[in-house]
Amino acid sequence: MSKTFDVIILGGGPAGYVCAIRCAQLGLSTAVVEREKLGGVCVNVGCIPSKALLHAAWVANLVRHDAAQLGITTGDVTLDFGVAMKRSRQVSEQNSKGVGFLMKKHKVTVVEGTGVLQKDRAVKVGTDTYTASKAIVLATGTRVKGLPQAGLELNATTVISSDDALFLERAPASLAIVGAGAVGVEFADIFSAFGSTVTLIEVLPRILPMEDAESSAALAKVYKKRGIAMLVGAKVKGAKVAKTSVTLEVETSGKTQSLEVEKVLMAAGRAMNIENLGLEAAGVQLSDTGFIKVDHHLRTTADGIYAIGDVAGPPMLAHKGSREGVQVAERIAGQTPHPIRYDNIPSVTYCHPEVASIGLTEDQCKERKLDVQIGKFPLSANGRARATNETDGFVKIIRDKQYGEILGAHIVAAHASEMIHELVVARENEYTVEEVDLAVHAHPTLSEAIAEAALDSMGRVLHT
Amino acid sequence: MATKVFMEALSPTMEEGRIASWVKQEGESVAQGDVLAEVETDKAIMELQARGEGILRKILVPAGGTTEVGGLVAVIAAADEDIAGLVAGQQAPPAGAAARPAAAPAAPATAAPRPPPAAGAREPSGRVKASPLARRLASEKGLDLRGLDGSGPGGRIIKRDVLAAPTAAAALQGKAGEWEDVIPTQLRKTIARRLVQSLGPVPHFFLTTEIDMERALDARETLNAIGDGKISVNDIVIKVVAMALRQHRECNAWWQDDHIRYFDDVHIAMAVAIEDGLITPVIRAAHAKSLRTIAAESRALAERARARKLQPEEYTGGTFSLSNLGMLGIDEFTAVINPPEAGILAVGAVTEKPVVVDGAVTVRRRMRVTMSCDHRVIDGAMGARFLQTVRRMLEQPLAIVW
Repeated sequence: MSKTFDVIILGGGPAGYVCAIRCAQLGLSTAVVEREKLGGVCVNVGCIPSKALLHAAWVANLVRHDAAQLGITTGDVTLDFGVAMKRSRQVSEQNSKGVGFLMKKHKVTVVEGTGVLQKDRAVKVGTDTYTASKAIVLATGTRVKGLPQAGLELNATTVISSDDALFLERAPASLAIVGAGAVGVEFADIFSAFGSTVTLIEVLPRILPMEDAESSAALAKVYKKRGIAMLVGAKVKGAKVAKTSVTLEVETSGKTQSLEVEKVLMAAGRAMNIENLGLEAAGVQLSDTGFIKVDHHLRTTADGIYAIGDVAGPPMLAHKGSREGVQVAERIAGQTPHPIRYDNIPSVTYCHPEVASIGLTEDQCKERKLDVQIGKFPLSANGRARATNETDGFVKIIRDKQYGEILGAHIVAAHASEMIHELVVARENEYTVEEVDLAVHAHPTLSEAIAEAALDSMGRVLHT
Repeated sequence: MATKVFMEALSPTMEEGRIASWVKQEGESVAQGDVLAEVETDKAIMELQARGEGILRKILVPAGGTTEVGGLVAVIAAADEDIAGLVAGQQAPPAGAAARPAAAPAAPATAAPRPPPAAGAREPSGRVKASPLARRLASEKGLDLRGLDGSGPGGRIIKRDVLAAPTAAAALQGKAGEWEDVIPTQLRKTIARRLVQSLGPVPHFFLTTEIDMERALDARETLNAIGDGKISVNDIVIKVVAMALRQHRECNAWWQDDHIRYFDDVHIAMAVAIEDGLITPVIRAAHAKSLRTIAAESRALAERARARKLQPEEYTGGTFSLSNLGMLGIDEFTAVINPPEAGILAVGAVTEKPVVVDGAVTVRRRMRVTMSCDHRVIDGAMGARFLQTVRRMLEQPLAIVW
């Protein structure tokens, strides 16, 4: 086997493996070095298995709470998280194998092991040395981390990471989740549906703090109804970790309360997989924020070495990493790809209802003193949402007052993750709210709410 | 090094140019900036300047010849340089890149990564590739998209190209002392071209009369008191002029060089001031419409005009124009005919004046109007008789329903 490739990619996650496929398509001989499983966090301990569990959670809520109303009566409902977990593992396995198949199909060599950068565009894996004639791409990603400063060191039993949570055999009786970003909010949804008493703890003043304030409020309302406790503006001051429980000291608005739970799930912060990667030897520097320093072509400070995905900086999203992979592959092949519009990367949280967004929030528009017009349409006025008993949420479009440019869009809805792309396409192509309205929307669909929100931003809403 | 001389886009709308004459001949030496040839564009005769120096070695398009913008017309090179390859390759000029060489020095500022200059935003069909947002920004700024380079996929013009455009234009603007040179917008250019076409070749003469507006204003107050939509003085003037033109078809006409077209229907074009210019939306068949309809239509058209939302069919096809500066306190003025129409009525403000009525001085509300006539269509007496009808009808507004 040849040990020289055109391109060597460190990391087989969504950034690395997509980069490899695109390199292969462009006729470059390519190797991917992966120390765990192909597909990375996304496929194995992230996006994919969590969606399998969220689906189980949705069915659990549907059967327990909605079925009777729909004329379907069940006997006693038994919830078994272990079974749901095992199915989610199967889904992950299938997807990881699928990535392996894709590598084979595109004749990408997969090297199992940990790659360490050497001088002169070389990578050492174990005792073997591989050289890249054109480029090395760093796509090693990030991993979960604990909060050791608050006494919350991950221990895989009582203080767990999202990785551990995905392998639990049963849902804990009580669970505190530290961090109410996308990960925390999704796990709250899952475990609450499987019977755990869930408390979300967020240091910022609201859950999903990066989303539009109205989205956060809409979700908080639903969660409250579902009995999920939310401590916002809350700081974990200390923790007593016992064998089968944890007692947290949580401070909210100056008052400290203690909270005893069976398990604590750490869903705040991620650590970069760059230790012992040989960055220094290869001349790869880090930025002030701790990520690998890259220019707008994703080139690192070392000649012929690129970085993509989480290690190249936020947002830490699989789809952002994949796009960077394509971008870099094309650049290595001598093409001039269209620059990535980092302000047009959708953000989605797959809780129920889902929360999706693109562009600026209303608060960000205010900070930038933009002259905006807001259009909003509640799903309670949408026929399809009523028919499926999923009327929680809304579509909100923020447009520039003068030109109708879509500055931001925020959706809370059962299928927000699927709906948001209409607005991503619109923004990518610089359609204004008028073009969104001009496109005929099928009836009855949730997407009609998007057209209505666009109309509302022009003062012409039809159905409210 | 040899310099290819291309046909340049010497006006924003120019698609091809005709070499009127070569100022330099083959074998002459040329310096950068020398006038090489005079080029006839769609609008004027322009100078084609040298963008390199050397000897004008080869003229490829002789005087009288026409070529599209971007076409190779000549080669400047050193006396002993081999230019056979350049001359042979003239069939495939890099159209997009060469079409606007003049703009190149003005816009190197943006360092944003750009895709390779594809075919340019302009497709061979003439369609301009631009995003809806870019179109909207350009239209509000009065920018012609055809003059811009696109940095989007496939050379598509996107928002940032339009936003960058004024910077490029500003670089061309000289600013010193107390004046400012502003590059005219396409709209301003159109106005300029149309009016030069008018006052130059159209033999204007002017007729002024003063009209007693007491009864017309009383009628207006009465109608407005009914409360079903407001009527302005201008609406009444539109209606009266339209009805008068039905009686004076000789003034409701277009000069068409080899013939005069007289219209039965009256389509009144009303001048509306908009930001950076004016436009004349048309109230069709105004003679047949009620005052109320005219009032509603004129208001809607003026609003759409100010929002720049008029469709071409909404501002073309007028048979006679009206311009009213009364609301700006102008007592009397003359207006420039909007060809091919043969007349325009300039309407001044209604003002209170002492006038002699039945031997006694009283205060009356009066309005002065001036009609500009194209003497090729309308003679003095003809225009005067029409204006007399207008005056009578305004002084006896019941004539509207007569």
